[in-house]
Amino acid sequence: MKVQALIKKNTYFDSVSLMSLSTKANQIEGVEQAIIAMGTEMNKEVMRNVGLLTPEVEVAGASDLIIVVKSANDELCETAFKSINDLFIKKNTGKKGKSDIKYSTISAAAGNNLEVNLAIIAVNGAYAAREARKALENDLHVMMFSDNVSIEDEIELKNLAHDKGLFMMGPDCGTAIIGNTALCFANAVRKGNIGIVGASGTGSQEVSVRVHEFGFGISQLIGTGGRDLKEEVGGIMMLDGIQALEDDEETKVIVVISKPPAPSVEEKVLAKIKNCKKPVVVWFVGGNEEKITAADAHFAKMSKEAALKAIVLAGADESKLNKRALNIPLINEVRTKLTAEQKYIRGLFSGGTLADEAMHAAMVKFDNVYSNIQRNPEYRLKDRYTSQEHTFIDFGDDEYTQGKPHPMIDPSTRLERFIQEAKDPSVGAIIMDFVLGYGAHEDPVGAFLPAIMEAKHQAEQEGRHLEIIGYVLGTELDPQDYQEQIDKLLAAGVTHASSMQNAGLLAREFVVKGE
Amino acid sequence: MSRINDLFKSKPHVINVGIESFKDDLLQQGAEVIHLEWTPPGRGNPSLIAALDKFENKELLEKIEAANNLAVERIINSQPVLIGFDQAINCVPGMTKTTILHAGPPITWDKMNGPMKGAVTGALVFEGLAKNVEEAAKLAASGEITFSPCHEHNCVGSMAGVTSASMFMHIVENKTYGNIAYTNLSEQLAKILRMGANDQSVIDRLIWMRDVFGPILRDAMKLNPTGIDLRLMLAQALHMGDECHNRNVAGTTLLIQALTPYIIQTDFTIEQKKEVFDFVASSDYFSGPTWMAMAKCALDAAHGIENSTIVTTMARNGVEFGIRVSGMPGNNWFTGPAQKVIGPMFAGYKPEESGLDIGDSAITETYGFGGFAMATAPAIVALVGGTPEEAIGYTTKMREITTTENPNITIPLLDFMGIPTGIDVRKVVQTGIMPVINTAIAHKEAGIGMIGAGITYPPVEAFEKSLLALSEK
Repeated sequence: MKVQALIKKNTYFDSVSLMSLSTKANQIEGVEQAIIAMGTEMNKEVMRNVGLLTPEVEVAGASDLIIVVKSANDELCETAFKSINDLFIKKNTGKKGKSDIKYSTISAAAGNNLEVNLAIIAVNGAYAAREARKALENDLHVMMFSDNVSIEDEIELKNLAHDKGLFMMGPDCGTAIIGNTALCFANAVRKGNIGIVGASGTGSQEVSVRVHEFGFGISQLIGTGGRDLKEEVGGIMMLDGIQALEDDEETKVIVVISKPPAPSVEEKVLAKIKNCKKPVVVWFVGGNEEKITAADAHFAKMSKEAALKAIVLAGADESKLNKRALNIPLINEVRTKLTAEQKYIRGLFSGGTLADEAMHAAMVKFDNVYSNIQRNPEYRLKDRYTSQEHTFIDFGDDEYTQGKPHPMIDPSTRLERFIQEAKDPSVGAIIMDFVLGYGAHEDPVGAFLPAIMEAKHQAEQEGRHLEIIGYVLGTELDPQDYQEQIDKLLAAGVTHASSMQNAGLLAREFVVKGE
Repeated sequence: MSRINDLFKSKPHVINVGIESFKDDLLQQGAEVIHLEWTPPGRGNPSLIAALDKFENKELLEKIEAANNLAVERIINSQPVLIGFDQAINCVPGMTKTTILHAGPPITWDKMNGPMKGAVTGALVFEGLAKNVEEAAKLAASGEITFSPCHEHNCVGSMAGVTSASMFMHIVENKTYGNIAYTNLSEQLAKILRMGANDQSVIDRLIWMRDVFGPILRDAMKLNPTGIDLRLMLAQALHMGDECHNRNVAGTTLLIQALTPYIIQTDFTIEQKKEVFDFVASSDYFSGPTWMAMAKCALDAAHGIENSTIVTTMARNGVEFGIRVSGMPGNNWFTGPAQKVIGPMFAGYKPEESGLDIGDSAITETYGFGGFAMATAPAIVALVGGTPEEAIGYTTKMREITTTENPNITIPLLDFMGIPTGIDVRKVVQTGIMPVINTAIAHKEAGIGMIGAGITYPPVEAFEKSLLALSEK
């Protein structure tokens, strides 16, 4: 076997593009193994571990592109390099014009294109604040997908944006819908009169698809980033977002979504809501009802409930709605299939708020609920690779991604864990989300299907029922085929839940003993 | 909150930085997107990012912007005029009979590469200081010869840039700011001293240039009362399809046309004058050095402005690439390794035989033509291995690392946009975009000469070092 490396100095590609190129490179005939990656210490470590660290790779810098190929002989390596080079060449569409001009800086791009109004920043966190500052200085709204940005930078950027009357969505903001255009990770929903401000990306996605399913639509979905409601940041973006939706003529009802804020911030946000001229529905995942109703806001305990309250406030006739109530006969049927020791829920999630909601549903009836996102340190998972009793995992959390793309793009880590959990005889139900929409995997259910069927077969051989609950977060307008995703789950014997709220409740009810 | 209202009312028009699939998703939804060709600033080096951040400080930023505006104003307003020709010993500051000027940043004899050593020994033979190149090599190593960069004597030198006392020089005066720049005469192309060749044919040509060609040009210009406005002529040449570094067809025609009425009035024989015209016609390169002196004359006027981050010199000695920056006055060189030149080779030569990037000719790109004006010279895009679209791309890309456009020298194809002017080290380090340089390739061994032409880039280290030095001031 020969290992050859090709280093392209000072050539940058984002990790998602490189992953897709690596995948294609590994399919090239004669290639035993290929890695295309930037020369970061972490990537070099990966190459060392798989025996692809050549002296050239060792000295490559973080801004150098590395292509390493392992093949039977040098000739095959050379052929592979040629094929890989072809992968980098973009086909010329034959269209000439402005889009052909390449810019390297925000200032240059904004200076030459006066109609631009928003910058999406999705670069390594070490560089993200600089780029966001440039965007704001050029009077652009910012959506910052990057995380690992310091809280000091976040505060400075949000204050700068606030002073200039601009949005600073993020850092770590993955979801927004502006002018009916989905940004980063969001679903295709119809235009309507419900406005959302969310500090939780998948929570906002969930409410937006429920609103869509009930026949209503979204005016704007504004993301704030997960830290906005922390004490230090003080909810700058949340407050501006509520104000923006209050001022927006098309918005009739506002939905506010977050984890419970820091007390001082909660006070500010609720005071803002109290003075808001439009009805506001508040879903603070696991939050306190009293304070919210005291602010004349409409309290929602769960996601579907938030969507329902919003559309009723927007004029829906409640009596004519199909609220998709829980399927009680199904619950009874599953309970009879489970043995006494099959008593634990294992929630494996790509969406953080989805995990949070299911976890809180379980916490209503059980106190032995463990997770990597538990607020109470006593109930944090001791070992991220091992489940304890009822376990809910957010695979989008840094400790699970480890430099890999988000689980909504790269299912591998969650898939491995699913296989592990399916073998555990103490498991009563496995619950998983499959997120569709822009930014997400093209076939998330398909990626799990072989493993699900294998696990079901295995359990059957062992004479136990393996209950899997699947929830597909999406709409029929999404780029993926929504119905086909559901059909695939059903064909594999997975219980399909119609909403995240129902999925969480079903899991809980399936494993309750003696009711 | 009108900006927010504007955003809500219109579709997002996005600049996408980073993950490229977000761009594809937006396009699928019919949104307008510009995807940046982004790389980590300063190659991700924390000390460089800190330096860049320091320059963002409002007070300092205002000073830098003001200094840079002054620097580019001086480059643009400079009016370099060819006023005469004379031997180096008579006009170049600091020139002595035992001085050899060379291209690029300072270098000692033992470190010089093949072509430069070839040129140095050839020049010593030409000056009568050595009988042959072997003896010349001993003399060069003896310490009796003073080596010094052309740039430190108001000069520039093409390729090896080797300039000795009796060589004839262009004399270019800056009518706006009064400074003067010099460069020697074109030996035309291929087997020549500046490319490292030094056999008898090379020495004979240098002697003819000293005894006939130079004196005719000197005497001709004595008859010209106004001098020749080189900035105006450069602008014309660019409109005629030259980028005036690797293509000089139009510029040479314009220059000899301007010189001819005076050449024919000199006291030389018809035969000698015909030799001059034949020599000029033998290669389009005749005006190449002239544009270098023109650029040098303008850029020297912009050197030494406090706080300015504008590059005033890019020059290579075949081993190192050096730059000078306006805000670091005097002879502060910032260097990195000279790079390979990529491009077509003359038949029979292979890329492995190429010497590394060499010469002061990158002064043309420092001013804003040459590689920076590729868009105006579609005829030579084949020489640099590209298409006309790519040539336009080279020029528009350079706008991202420059300060402004020079309204005096424009490119018709780009709606008469001025050439990109005032390379800013901050922007180079920030974007990772390197100035593109069109240049010739000399054989790596002494004595052979030119073997090809192509494009090259400076080493990023030179810009990074200068940025750190500026930030420490």
